[in-house]
Amino acid sequence: MLLELTNISKSFGAVTALKDVSLKLNDNECLGLLGDNGAGKSTLLKVLSGVYKADSGKTFMNDTEVDFTDPLLAREAGIEMIYQDLALADELSADANIFLGREQKNNLFGFLRTLNKSSMKSEAKKVLATLGSDLDASRIVNVMSGGERQLVAVARALQFKPTILLMDEPTAALSAEKASHLNNLILSLKEQNLGIILVSHRFSDIFAVCDRIVVLNGGQIADEFLVSDGTFEELSTRVLKIMASN
Amino acid sequence: MKKIYNKARDTVIEIGPGLFLILIFEIIFFSVTSEYFFGWGNFKNIFRASAIIGVMALGQTIVIISGGFDLSVGAVSAATGMAAAWMLRAGYGFIPSIIVAILIGGMIGMVNGAITGYGRINPLITTLGMMSIVRGLGFIISGGYDIAISNKTFLRMGSGQIFTIPYIAIILVFLFITVGLTIPKFSFGRYMYAIGSNERACVLAGVRVNRWKLVFYGSCGALAGLAGAITSARVGVGAPQINMGVELGVITAVILGGTALTGGKGKILGTFLGLFIVSTMSNGLVMLSVPTFYKYVATGSLLLIAVMYDEWRRSHFAKR
Repeated sequence: MLLELTNISKSFGAVTALKDVSLKLNDNECLGLLGDNGAGKSTLLKVLSGVYKADSGKTFMNDTEVDFTDPLLAREAGIEMIYQDLALADELSADANIFLGREQKNNLFGFLRTLNKSSMKSEAKKVLATLGSDLDASRIVNVMSGGERQLVAVARALQFKPTILLMDEPTAALSAEKASHLNNLILSLKEQNLGIILVSHRFSDIFAVCDRIVVLNGGQIADEFLVSDGTFEELSTRVLKIMASN
Repeated sequence: MKKIYNKARDTVIEIGPGLFLILIFEIIFFSVTSEYFFGWGNFKNIFRASAIIGVMALGQTIVIISGGFDLSVGAVSAATGMAAAWMLRAGYGFIPSIIVAILIGGMIGMVNGAITGYGRINPLITTLGMMSIVRGLGFIISGGYDIAISNKTFLRMGSGQIFTIPYIAIILVFLFITVGLTIPKFSFGRYMYAIGSNERACVLAGVRVNRWKLVFYGSCGALAGLAGAITSARVGVGAPQINMGVELGVITAVILGGTALTGGKGKILGTFLGLFIVSTMSNGLVMLSVPTFYKYVATGSLLLIAVMYDEWRRSHFAKR
């Protein structure tokens, strides 16, 4: 089992965002999270990525209990997240964003740790190339198009060979064409021994790339099924009924 | 050498010709209107006046690029100048006195960084409060009296020169070149721009943002500490009222130099040019026998123009 959550709960003051959520993620699996606004999808991803600390519950990676108190620990354990707003430093170049927080360094005179810019630039170029892009890694992110920024965010997540990739509304700011490109990318990532959890409001995206779907409602798991359990219409009606019952 | 030349050329291109042209215009204007302006003797005055504001502006640039602000630099420089004067009076040497001034400045800066970072308090409020506290403590501890300095080596730092170049001008240029060239090579520079550009993105990427704020504010405080020692060496005393209101010139130089108030953007060379635009204007007005109070009006106007230009530039680029 790549990832297992048991009875995860998280509250913000009087508001319960997650209540006793338990789920599993297998190797090479893409798990879709569906639910209305405020259902707890993004909170769940943020707990997993170390942004929030769960009030209770346990997290296991490869059957070992883990406790991420900050995002760096989650990243070091192999969990990368692509945020809805991409979380890029606009005034930095693409390569600087890709390596943000995990810069490669030289040892100048044996003790001065200087940035190894040439190495980071060439590696950023390589990872962008694997995504089918010839984007100039030294360009400032601020002047890039929405699609290019998305690519930088994906490249940052993939650069450090994660074992689990969390994606929060990755297609929200993309055109239909770019969203389709990203979906193809997710499908190809699944082949790379990666577990993916995808949050999206676009049912079509979720059904196109995910193997299994978990529906959250009011911070709790309301339903869970395989995409192969029915047709797109049948399953989306099932999800909509849950959302409407809220 | 070629690498340094290329880097300098790229930086000049990035800053644009505007600042150079303003500075050249000022020099031509004051040279034509005042017979006392153009000459090495007066340029030395400009350098001397620039040194104190410049060292503080260097630290302020670091803090503003990282998305912060420090209003306490003037008060910190007064306190550290007094600390250096007290050390000298107690019989300590030139070097320990300067080190203590830098350390005290650095520690006050780190307190600013801790309050804004870990305490999540707005930097304007934090440093405004710190400005008042440090200035007040300076008056309380000294009883309002100046501490005279008699150490000749220390005093020579403020008024001495080598090959007709004032020592403090050499210190200023050395600091700007060193910081300007080294910052981009280290995590310090990378995170300074990154945190100013998008603090939340840095947190999510695992950057220890609050720790870096300690470093940035600490550096700013340390540089204000050095500026305090230089001021005391210039005027020959440590006094609690020194550098009162200097923040206006410091912030004007930084913003005029192209550092964005919103953080994430700015160049050390830009601050250097902004500094000389402010100092040249100030000196030129004196050379034209304009009453001192007009200097404040002129500096304030420069600051407002710089901020309006910064705002225009941001909205202009946002539309593109």
